Amino acid sequence: MLENHAKLMQFFSEAKQVTGRKKLQKMVYILQSFGIPFEERFQFHFYGPYSEELTLRIEELCNLGFINEEKEVKSNYFQYHYSLTNDGTQFLNQFSVNMPNCTESIELLQGKSSRFLELVSTMLYFKDLSKDEVESKVHAVKPKQKYSDEEMSEAWKLIGELGLKLH
Amino acid sequence: MAYKDEQLIEEKVFKDPVHRYVHVRDRVIWDLIATPEFQRLRRIKQLGTTNITFHGAEHSRFNHSLGVYEIVRRIINNFQDRPHWNNDDRLLCMCAALLHDLGHGPFSHSFEKVFKLDHEYYTQAIILGDTVVHKILEKVSPGFAQEVADVIAKTHSNKLVVSLISSQIDADRMDYLQRDAYFTGVSYGHFDMERILRVMRPIEDQVVIKSSGMHAVEDYIMSRYQMYWQVYFHPVTRSAEVILTKILHRAKHLYESNYNFKLQPTHFLSFFLGNVSLDEYLKLDESIVHYYFQLWQEEDDKVLRDLCERFMNRRLFKYVEFNPNKQINDLMRLIQLFKEAGIDPDYYLVVDSSSDLPYDFYRPGEEEERLPIHLLMPNGALKELSRHSDIVESISGKKRTDHKLYFPKDFLYAIEDEKIVQEITAILYHKEM
Repeated sequence: MLENHAKLMQFFSEAKQVTGRKKLQKMVYILQSFGIPFEERFQFHFYGPYSEELTLRIEELCNLGFINEEKEVKSNYFQYHYSLTNDGTQFLNQFSVNMPNCTESIELLQGKSSRFLELVSTMLYFKDLSKDEVESKVHAVKPKQKYSDEEMSEAWKLIGELGLKLH
Repeated sequence: MAYKDEQLIEEKVFKDPVHRYVHVRDRVIWDLIATPEFQRLRRIKQLGTTNITFHGAEHSRFNHSLGVYEIVRRIINNFQDRPHWNNDDRLLCMCAALLHDLGHGPFSHSFEKVFKLDHEYYTQAIILGDTVVHKILEKVSPGFAQEVADVIAKTHSNKLVVSLISSQIDADRMDYLQRDAYFTGVSYGHFDMERILRVMRPIEDQVVIKSSGMHAVEDYIMSRYQMYWQVYFHPVTRSAEVILTKILHRAKHLYESNYNFKLQPTHFLSFFLGNVSLDEYLKLDESIVHYYFQLWQEEDDKVLRDLCERFMNRRLFKYVEFNPNKQINDLMRLIQLFKEAGIDPDYYLVVDSSSDLPYDFYRPGEEEERLPIHLLMPNGALKELSRHSDIVESISGKKRTDHKLYFPKDFLYAIEDEKIVQEITAILYHKEM
């Protein structure tokens, strides 16, 4: 009961603060792709893998006072910041969460832009394809993003690093 | 004439309570409807356990799939000769619309949760595997099956085509909202679809709405909001869903513990083992599930027997509101008390949250979180819906979450230890002891 909520709180406890909903979505998807047992289901959307279940669960955690959501007004849009509250920490202390520690990987992901994480998560979404097929699929589904060869190489490098850290 | 262009000599129609008629003229569509994989959808209810609350909700995935096809057919008719629309994509859109739910199984939500399945995976497997559907699609042209599968998976390079089948205002939602409202008999859920279809415009990579049609879209958003709370997340339906999930967990647990079922649950074995082939998946429909539940009412295992009796005879769990933050200690104490009373809390004390039944409310979201509904303004600019509509802004900003605690109230009456009963009752109903 409430295990999936607890896993997300554990994630926030390790991340300290996450800025941006898109970034949050991609971070959880990337960690899940490497076997971190988040159970939220993702589907491919316009901006890459997206989970409605994750959006709702975050909303629940905010409503329950376990996670704090701060809204920042940007020029054309809003940006949201998330962090674990004291109530969240207390709740988490009562739970034994079955999740490996992934603080290092979370920190690594936090240092990347959401555009880059969109690329990495999209590549992971097509992980059953060959490397060349993945790259051409990324260009086919995201022609407007115009990802460069350097970004592609950086993304492969990050995937390799995460593979070493999380396996 | 190429198979892809072949037309039936006479148009065929299906009488439909929502769209009046579903029109079929393309040979490919007619052939796809006749496949065993598509006909199987007649044996899968669209709303799973909702008929336990709304007895009219007996409609199937078959009805809905035809409805989505019909809406897409009408949209495409309206798009003829509009800029950005390529009529060569017509058949691709209609096939994807017709087949988008092909991989749904019986009571998909509970089955997917318990057995870690994904109906989208099976949709792909049916379209791309050794099936009649696949053969028909490949007869259109080599690689056409893959294209249809990509549109349904939203990974096709043509975003405009994808957005017709799947976006925040797509044919799928427009059909199920109206169909579910019709069959449940509720009065909300209706909106002016004809108007929305008339104001839909294709642009480069999405479908947008002409701003003059905003009020029809507001109605559609309201309908989504109301249908969720009044129908999809109805607490009584959730109770049936909780019991169904527990039946599947119990049956799996018994199998793994080498329990001797009176009749070998042949159709479930691959589900218990986590290795479900496409053939086995397609064989399990709702009639088969009900057959086993009927038999399991006579099993020796009293938990499985009781849960199946409850499900088959609508003897559901009761519920109270629950706040995981303020009442976590109450929950821990209840688990203890249930154990002391000989009631297994793993099966008879369940927290159900709104996120257990994900449903996509309309949210404008953050930039690039997901694609919102765009209005096409008279000057050609695009504007996100909630920035222009006060109604949509007010409901899309609301926090909508809910948690309930489900339990078999009748079991409480049977507890012999008065003290335990009193304490459980006091916690559940906040009564003085």
